[in-house]
This record gives sequence, structure tokens and C-alpha cells, in this order.
Amino acid sequence: MEGALFFRRFEGVMMANKIVSWIDQRFPLTSFIKHELTEYPVPKNLNYWWNFGFLAGLVLVIQLVSGIFLAMHYKPDVNLAFDSIQHIMRDVNYGWLIRYMHSTGASAFFAVIYIHITRTLYYGSYRAPRELMWWTGLVLLLMLMATAFMGYLLPWGQMSYWGAQVITNLFGATPFIGHEVVVWLRGGFSVGDATLTRFFVLHYLFPFLICAMVVIHLVALHSVKSSNPSGLNLCAKDNIPFHPYFTVKDMYGVMIFLIVFALFMFFAPEAFIEVENNIPANPMVTPVHIVPEWYFLPFFAILRAVPDLLGGVVAMVGSILIYAALPYLDRSKIPGGARYRPVYRIMFYLFMINILLLGWVGAATPTETTAIVGRVCSIFYFVSFLALPFVSKAEERWLRKRGLPQELVEMMVCDVEMDSKRTGGNR
Amino acid sequence: MSNDLIKGEEKIIGVNGEEPKNPKRRDFLVQATGVATGIGVGAAALPFIESMKPSADVMSKATTEVDIAGISKGDTRTVEWQGKPVFILHRNDAQIQAMAETPDTKDPQDDADRVKKPEWLVVIGLCTHLGCIPNRTAEGWFCPCHGSAYDDSGRILHGPAPRNLDVPRYQFVSSEKILIG
Repeated sequence: MEGALFFRRFEGVMMANKIVSWIDQRFPLTSFIKHELTEYPVPKNLNYWWNFGFLAGLVLVIQLVSGIFLAMHYKPDVNLAFDSIQHIMRDVNYGWLIRYMHSTGASAFFAVIYIHITRTLYYGSYRAPRELMWWTGLVLLLMLMATAFMGYLLPWGQMSYWGAQVITNLFGATPFIGHEVVVWLRGGFSVGDATLTRFFVLHYLFPFLICAMVVIHLVALHSVKSSNPSGLNLCAKDNIPFHPYFTVKDMYGVMIFLIVFALFMFFAPEAFIEVENNIPANPMVTPVHIVPEWYFLPFFAILRAVPDLLGGVVAMVGSILIYAALPYLDRSKIPGGARYRPVYRIMFYLFMINILLLGWVGAATPTETTAIVGRVCSIFYFVSFLALPFVSKAEERWLRKRGLPQELVEMMVCDVEMDSKRTGGNR
Repeated sequence: MSNDLIKGEEKIIGVNGEEPKNPKRRDFLVQATGVATGIGVGAAALPFIESMKPSADVMSKATTEVDIAGISKGDTRTVEWQGKPVFILHRNDAQIQAMAETPDTKDPQDDADRVKKPEWLVVIGLCTHLGCIPNRTAEGWFCPCHGSAYDDSGRILHGPAPRNLDVPRYQFVSSEKILIG
């Protein structure tokens, strides 16, 4: 009896093996899984800050799915848009849930991505050989910002309308053809039906471009492999396979994330929605206190800190693009980020406090005090970047004079070895 | 690099680098995780599936009240119910007589089972083949799409349609008003 059962199970396994080998002759299925999952080496010393890349992918999926289902009920027409949101909230089965999932998901996306970037800054993960990861990530951030901005217009509330009005006007700073560019972007002389329709189409398109960019980001990752808290290339024995060790760790992170996400989605869904946006868009009245979504606040503060249209726009765009230069601004030969570099660590914390301050300035009603704080913080923001080459060099000299920690020196043996393997000794 | 790697499949590492004492425990945990994940994903999928069902405003259009006083004997009128055409035929005595006999077709049904009052026939005006609207003819209805013919009781006579025209749920609110749905 038992033998027969065993035999039947055995037969099933044989059948599965046959199917897999049939596929393998035509498609690199098994070798792909081996190379990218079951044998893909990941540093064993990763901490939970390394969970956020995976979480970003999860939020992307949540946004894609909830967004597609919202689009089945949404109408991109100035006369219908606001009411179609009410229709989703009141009439569509679980429409409230799907909409709150999407609006909470937008904030969750930025929260996760900002933590992901903060980790990269703290541990110096942007440094060679991961420059392309850093740059594709930066492009992803810009695409995410554009998608979020265009999505914010769709409910066609007061904040939607005036947010779009202000942001499209930023392009008016373009020299000579500013006005024409703004009219072209809007498809009209003000934000109107044409603007709403194209924003809807692009808001639907961009996530798929983001998906493509994520694939490039991951291909780059699997070429250079994950960084780790030490900032060094680890010896082979210090790597463990992604599956099952990090699938399990990522799943644990997913559960914690989903608990927090559900708390917001079910109990505080309006926390990230401006009350003013429950009033239909009115091109004749600007809300008294207009603020962007929380994830744009620091950049908004930098924009406001410059008392000149073009200057403000350049400063704001520059405040994001300047991150691209980081791999070259960090001149230290001591590997990694804050772990073994006390001065870099102090700079990191000051920079983070400065960003929070900028966020506060961005949210506050503009007064003389906030204007001064905003300017000081904006200057500090850019000076942090510009000072980094000199600070990192001086720090390295100081650290070498003081003597590097034994732990670091020991690990650097492997680092040099692995590095020359990677570059074929041409370095 | 990957050759030096500790392979997850081939070498199972326990707490002290030894083989686990009870691998079945781990198998159970893996299976339990799989089941819990499956249930979670299934539960999360439900609201999305539900959202594609008719929304509350569509459901509120479930019934249509029709004043049938204006339909003279022998005439037919088409009204809309849930976005679908409904034929209301005020049959005369000759038509009622003609329908008394049940024809030998693929969906034989007595006329009495298809009407509430013999002089009123109420059927959904969509061909049961592929949903076109049949046109009124002398003998009943004829579908222009694929040639299905129906009699004055909405019963299929010939053609590809699999069954008789559907009779919607309806009731006589008064002698001159019916409520469909």
C-alpha cells in the first residue's frame, strides 16, 4: 500500500522533471533560477536596511494592480473626473479600499524609496563599482516623482489643480520659449481637459517604463552584487545564496511592512490626502494655504528659498541631479560609507537633519523666519556635496595617521583580492 | 565565486553548522508558509474581483416599470431593462390560438409556461444564439445576424439559437402596469 503511494509520487516527480527538462532544452529556466536565486551570492552581513529594495518592488506591484483596477472606473474628463472618484468611493464594490490602497501606496512608495536611498548614502553603496546602480536608481526616482505628480492631478480637486498649475509653470523658467513650453505641456492656456487627459495617459504609461528601468537596475545589481554594511567586497565564504536565506528575510520584512501599510490604509487613509482636495478644482480660486505632498516638501523649500523664478527652478532640479555626482565627489580610499568613517557619518546625520528641516520649511506658511531657515538649509544642502571631496580626503589622511581598525585591515585583504578578480587585475 | 558558495540545496546547515535533527519540522514550516501566503493572496484578490461586478448605481437600475396601456392588440413595444431590450407583445385572440400548440423544436415549452396573462408576452429581445436583436416578422421574430426564427411566444423555430427567447422576471403591478426585474 505504502509502496504504491510512493510509486505514484515518484511518477509525479518524474513527470515534473520531464517538463522542466523539455523547457530547459528551449529556455534557460533552471540555469536562470540557479544563477539568479539559489546560487546568487549575497553578503551574509546584510542588515534590515537592505530589505527596502525588495519592498520598493512590492509597492510597485501594489500600485500597478490597484491603479489598473481604478482606471476601470475613472473618467479623465474635467466634467466627470471628480465625480468618478466619488463613484469609486461610494458605488464601486470595494472601490474605497482600492483607492485608499493606491493613495497610501503612493506615500509608501516614497517612504520606502527614501529609506532605500538613505541606506545607500549611509553605507556608501553608491561608490564604485555601483555607479550605474546609483544612476539608474536616480532615474527611477525622477520617473516616480513624475508619475506621482501626474497621478495627483487626476482626482481633479483644488490641490490637484493648483499643484499642476504651479509645477507646469516651473517650465516657464525655460529661457526664451518658456511660455510656449508651458502652453505645449498643458495643451491649453491653463490646466484643462487636454492636460487632464494626457496626464492620465502618461500616468498609466510611466509605471511600465519604471518596470523596464527596474529590470535594468536589477541586471546591474546582479552584475556587481549587493553592497554590504562594511562597504568591502567580501570573501566568497562570507556570501550565502539569495534563496532561501534572503527570500525568507525579505518575506519577514514584507510582513512588517504590510502591517504598517494596512494600519494606514484602514485606519488613517486620509492622513496623506489634503482636505482641500475634496473640493472640486476651481480655476478662479487658489486655496489659501497650498502645500505639495509630503514627499516633495524639501525640494519645494529649496524652490522657495531662491527669490528668482529661474534660479529657484535650477536649484530645485539641481538638488536632485547633484546626487548623480556623488560617486565622484567621495574621494576617500577608505571603503564604504559611515561604518569606518566618523567624519562621513557626522556629515550624513547633519545632512539628514537638514533635509528634515527643509521639509518643515516646505510645509510651513512662508514667513521671514522660514525664509531665512530655508535659505540657510538650502545652502548647507549644496555645500555638503561640494565639501565632500575635500572632507573625504582630509578624513582619509586623518584615519590613516591614526591607524585603521584591525577588523577593517583584515577584511581589506579579501576586498583587494575580489576586486582584482572582478577587473581582471587591470586596476 | 559561486563555486565556493555554500549551496542551499546540497548542504543543509543547522544552528551549529550541523544537519538539522528534524528536517520534517522545516518542511512543515515551509508548507504552512505556502498555505498562509496562498490564503493571503487569495483574500487580497477578492476585492479586486468584486470591484469588476456591477457597482451600486448599476444595481439600483435593476427594475423598470412599464405602462402597457398604450399598446394596442397585435402591437409590440420594445422597452429597456438593465440596458437590454425587452419585447412586450400584446397578442390578439388569433395569435393566442396559434400559440396554444407546442411545436416540436429543440426547446419545446408550453405557451402557458411562458406568459402570466395569455394576451401579454414579455421576453428579452436578445437572440439566445449570440445576442443580436431579432426583427419583428409576420410569424414572430427573425434574427438578422445568423437567421434564427422565433414564434409569437418567443420560441425558437429554426436556426442556430440554442433555446427560446428568455422570459425576464416581471409582475403585473396593476392591470396596466408591469414591473420588470
